[in-house]
Amino acid sequence: MWADRQSALHPRGDQAGFSAEAGWAMVLGGAGIFVLVMLLLALALYGPQRWRRHLYARGWLIGAGVVFPVAVLSALLVYSLGLAAAMQRNDAPAAVRIEVMGEMWWWRVRYLDEHGQALFETANEIRLPVDQPVDLLLASHNVVHSFWVPNLAGKRDMVPGHVNRLRVRARETGSLRGQCAEYCGAQHANMMLDVQVLSAAEFQAWMRAQRRPAAPAQDGQARLLQGRQVFMQACARCHTVRGTAAAGTQGPDLTHVGSRPSLAAGVLPNNAGTLAGWIAGSQHIKPGNGMPAFKHLSGEQLRAVARYLESLQ
Amino acid sequence: MRPDTLPNALPRPAGEREQLERLWRRPTGWRAITVVNNNYVGLLYIGTAMLFFLLAGILALLMRTQLAVPDNDLIGHALYNQLFTMHGTVMMFLFAVPAVEAMAVLLLPNMLGARDLPFPRLSSYAYWAYAIGGLVFFCSIFVGLAPDGGWFMYPPLTSTAYSPAINADLWLLGIGFIEISAIAGAIELAVGILRTRAPGMSLDKLPIFAWIMLAFSGMVIIAFPAVIVATALLELERAFGMPFFIADKGGDPLLWQHLFWLFGHPEVYIIFLPAAGMVSMIVPAMAGRPLVGYRAVVMAVVATSFLSFGLWVHHMFASGIPQLSLSFASAASMAVSIPTGIQIFAWIATIAAAPRLRPVKTPLLFILGFFFIFVLGGLTGVMVAVIPFDWQAHDTYFIVAHLHYVLVGGMVFPLFAAFYYWMPFVSRRALSERLGRWAFWLMFIGFNLGFFPMHLTGLAGMPRRVYTYADSYGWGALNLASTIGAYIIAAGVLVFLVDLARNFRPSVAHNAGNVWRAGTLEWLPAGVAGPRSVPWVGSREPLWDQPGLAADVDAGRYYLPGALTGERTTLVTSAIEARPQYVLRLPGPGWPPVLAALGTAGFFLLLTVKLMVPAALFGVLAIAMILRWLWDADPAPTHAPVDVGGGWRLPVFCTGSGSHSWWAMVMLIMVCGSIFSALLFAYFFLWTVAPRGWPAADALVALPVPLSGAALLVFSSVLVWAGGRGLQHGRQGWVRIGLPLGCLMLAAAVGLEAAAQWRTGLRPPDSAYAAAVYAVIGLQALLVAALGFMGLFTAARSWAGRLAADRRACFDNTALLWHYTVVQGLLGTCVLHGFPRWVG
Repeated sequence: MWADRQSALHPRGDQAGFSAEAGWAMVLGGAGIFVLVMLLLALALYGPQRWRRHLYARGWLIGAGVVFPVAVLSALLVYSLGLAAAMQRNDAPAAVRIEVMGEMWWWRVRYLDEHGQALFETANEIRLPVDQPVDLLLASHNVVHSFWVPNLAGKRDMVPGHVNRLRVRARETGSLRGQCAEYCGAQHANMMLDVQVLSAAEFQAWMRAQRRPAAPAQDGQARLLQGRQVFMQACARCHTVRGTAAAGTQGPDLTHVGSRPSLAAGVLPNNAGTLAGWIAGSQHIKPGNGMPAFKHLSGEQLRAVARYLESLQ
Repeated sequence: MRPDTLPNALPRPAGEREQLERLWRRPTGWRAITVVNNNYVGLLYIGTAMLFFLLAGILALLMRTQLAVPDNDLIGHALYNQLFTMHGTVMMFLFAVPAVEAMAVLLLPNMLGARDLPFPRLSSYAYWAYAIGGLVFFCSIFVGLAPDGGWFMYPPLTSTAYSPAINADLWLLGIGFIEISAIAGAIELAVGILRTRAPGMSLDKLPIFAWIMLAFSGMVIIAFPAVIVATALLELERAFGMPFFIADKGGDPLLWQHLFWLFGHPEVYIIFLPAAGMVSMIVPAMAGRPLVGYRAVVMAVVATSFLSFGLWVHHMFASGIPQLSLSFASAASMAVSIPTGIQIFAWIATIAAAPRLRPVKTPLLFILGFFFIFVLGGLTGVMVAVIPFDWQAHDTYFIVAHLHYVLVGGMVFPLFAAFYYWMPFVSRRALSERLGRWAFWLMFIGFNLGFFPMHLTGLAGMPRRVYTYADSYGWGALNLASTIGAYIIAAGVLVFLVDLARNFRPSVAHNAGNVWRAGTLEWLPAGVAGPRSVPWVGSREPLWDQPGLAADVDAGRYYLPGALTGERTTLVTSAIEARPQYVLRLPGPGWPPVLAALGTAGFFLLLTVKLMVPAALFGVLAIAMILRWLWDADPAPTHAPVDVGGGWRLPVFCTGSGSHSWWAMVMLIMVCGSIFSALLFAYFFLWTVAPRGWPAADALVALPVPLSGAALLVFSSVLVWAGGRGLQHGRQGWVRIGLPLGCLMLAAAVGLEAAAQWRTGLRPPDSAYAAAVYAVIGLQALLVAALGFMGLFTAARSWAGRLAADRRACFDNTALLWHYTVVQGLLGTCVLHGFPRWVG
């Protein structure tokens, strides 16, 4: 279907469904009113005198200008506030709680346990179980961002000093896209997010996999060992790979980077070639982002470190 | 009060008309820029605003070119982010608001039957400050220093941590002071509308455009101070580390959003209402019949201007603030569409009732286009007022579509209608009907092709303010359509420019005249001095209802047919009934306003680039020139009351609350009050965010300090009051001693306060609390500094013999502001010392 991966027109969640319902109701009503007003205008301009006479009668101004809009808008207000209240209601406890932090210009994602402690950290992707209420806790330590996955729900800002909660419930499985919706500086345009809605079993399997530290590179995999060595020298200051000495927190956690659908917050597809290209040309691909371009690495080193990262499934 | 016979007899004395025209003539050569007449300044003003419209339009074309295809690398993020920031900023602050103010400066005096606005030098000052400041501001984009934080400038993105370069300062200081120019214009227009109407033009006969400009002025006076405070706070944060918006120190980025939209939403109506006022003038003229529902339209305008202050939160639906605030803003946003609906149906009714309308002329064509576009924009406006829908639409291309439907439909199309309609008022020739139709259809088709698809682009997931997008999203075709539409609009504007080049022959004295057979006073025969004589007005469309009016006015048979005092003069009338009260002597051309504008613009712009010494020199130039110009204001009452015709002998001066300058000062005090209120809002807002940042009672300044400060304030007011009493009885002593002494007391009070806070160890960068405290003190200090100039200036006038019982406007206005400052100081003291004790 046309443009349906990141679209409010194709709701795949409860919240987005409510918004779309309100939207369609108003599009229909609004189109009707628009046609009516244009017809009246045409009538006023070109209609026969006996019809036009009614248009400047005193009662008309009150009827069309006051009574009709007050009636329509009151009904709309009652309907929409009811809808907004329904959308804010959270009767069931959340099955999953995810903390999402807006970074410049990527997403730091932490899955939380029932005590609010982080189970694991990942970046630029969120996976959700279908048909389960999920709470997203949205925050930022830098500038204002806005979390928006239109197929699931409307947007919610990430404001420094505040934590905003967004309750979502996906209705069907599939992969979706989200994007930062509040202008946040140089690479606001390239701050995307992958969202995958999984079945309960797939989701549990993924959670288990994510909680595990990275699998150590085996002896005999010389390429991977070399790649890990390069990684520890060049990348570990900013990136974490759980299970290794790499514990930097400035950039995304890369423990399972190989399993993610895309790189650089949705800019590139994820494979060994794009990984190497990104490491060498990050400033060309996404100018101004926080990661320096590692141009001094040799082709051999780049390929090795890319293979290593790809292996972090 | 209708005169039974015409006030003045024929024949008029020889040379009377010639003297009038000589006095009002524009200076020639390089002194031409010192002109102060509203018609010349108004034309320059509109021309400059249109220049900014074209420049910001070119920025839009650049953006549309970049977005025409996916993954385009024509324009990088750095330039693109400057482009959309400048496009929004320039369109809003340098085009839309100045353009409607400029139309009012040009049209209102003639529409009201006045010869000029009451403060001609202020018009000149406001214009030049805007023109110089605006042009330099715009040029920043050529050197890559243009602001790039979005026209809404949300911190923390615009705070020093994320925008260390001067781009953001340029916005804060550049735009901040252009707002001051807009406020100056608004005060002048309001005083002009209230006090310089033709005799008989009571408020119920006021042309709708004038009613709307009155509402406009009120809205500018209340709304602009909010953004002035916001920009000042952010600049204080950037320059001195006062953490108003830094969450770690008790600040809150949402404070900016509240203050900005508290201004930003009324701003939309500040732009739209004057355009609606133009429509309400043009439709009746084209229809040949008065507006249907005049009273309903006036009430609708007043209602809109009030409601517009209640819905700023609808820009923050996604920010996570409580549901109750959202619901209130949602309801208010819907309610505001009702008065707008009333206006639309009043125009449709007037069209229906038209005895003559066809063939449809170009001005009406633009208005029909306005109906189509604006009604659509209004309907999408109701959609985004609905919270569940707005959560999706907010900050997407749907909003880009909506806001352009509202602003281009609601303001630009009526403005072009106004250009075609009023061109014969300022040009020897009307514009071409044929080219006008081309311009209209190109703009109309281009607009809808360009902006309608954006509704869909937004709902299909495209956020605003992105410099590129991937092909895979499927937004390419819609964006290409939008880009083609943008270029078609540009072609339409180009046709308009060709029309201007071919047919616009500016002339104030020999205009094409009343080609539309319209009924309002601006279509009277007029020269450089406005109409030859000031008519008596007995209806809303005097040219339709008072036969022979144009000929009699032009023959000089109405009031004030010549220069009775040998100077430029206009009539001042009472605010409601428009009864003649006195003859206002107006100043002629001069350098001080132009140089003061240069000084003001230079001061703020050099401050941006941190050139402190040159900035200070420009500041001194500005203040010196303003004092120079005020030195000649309030001239001595040299003439006995003069006969303006019809047996009315009017004084040539006025003191006390009847004076037009007193009214202007009251409005200035309203501005100061709004600024202070916005600052107190910030103080209390920050308290709600981080109440634990407020100190316990024992950490506060001990009570004797604020009490003695308050005593100083009250005592200084008593001194000023005594000075006024003395002046009434011809004694100057209290003024000469009391005012300088009072200045010292004011300064001592604010100095005492600041020093006491400092001694408790409180430093401005410590916390949001500390920053708020010093901001309240700083505002007081700023007013005290202004009063220092005014007090010493008044004392100097006393020594120079320019102050007397019947020449005391300078003293009265200083005293008004003085008492206000004392009240503000006492309130500030209560808040700073009382509130923490009360909640502590």
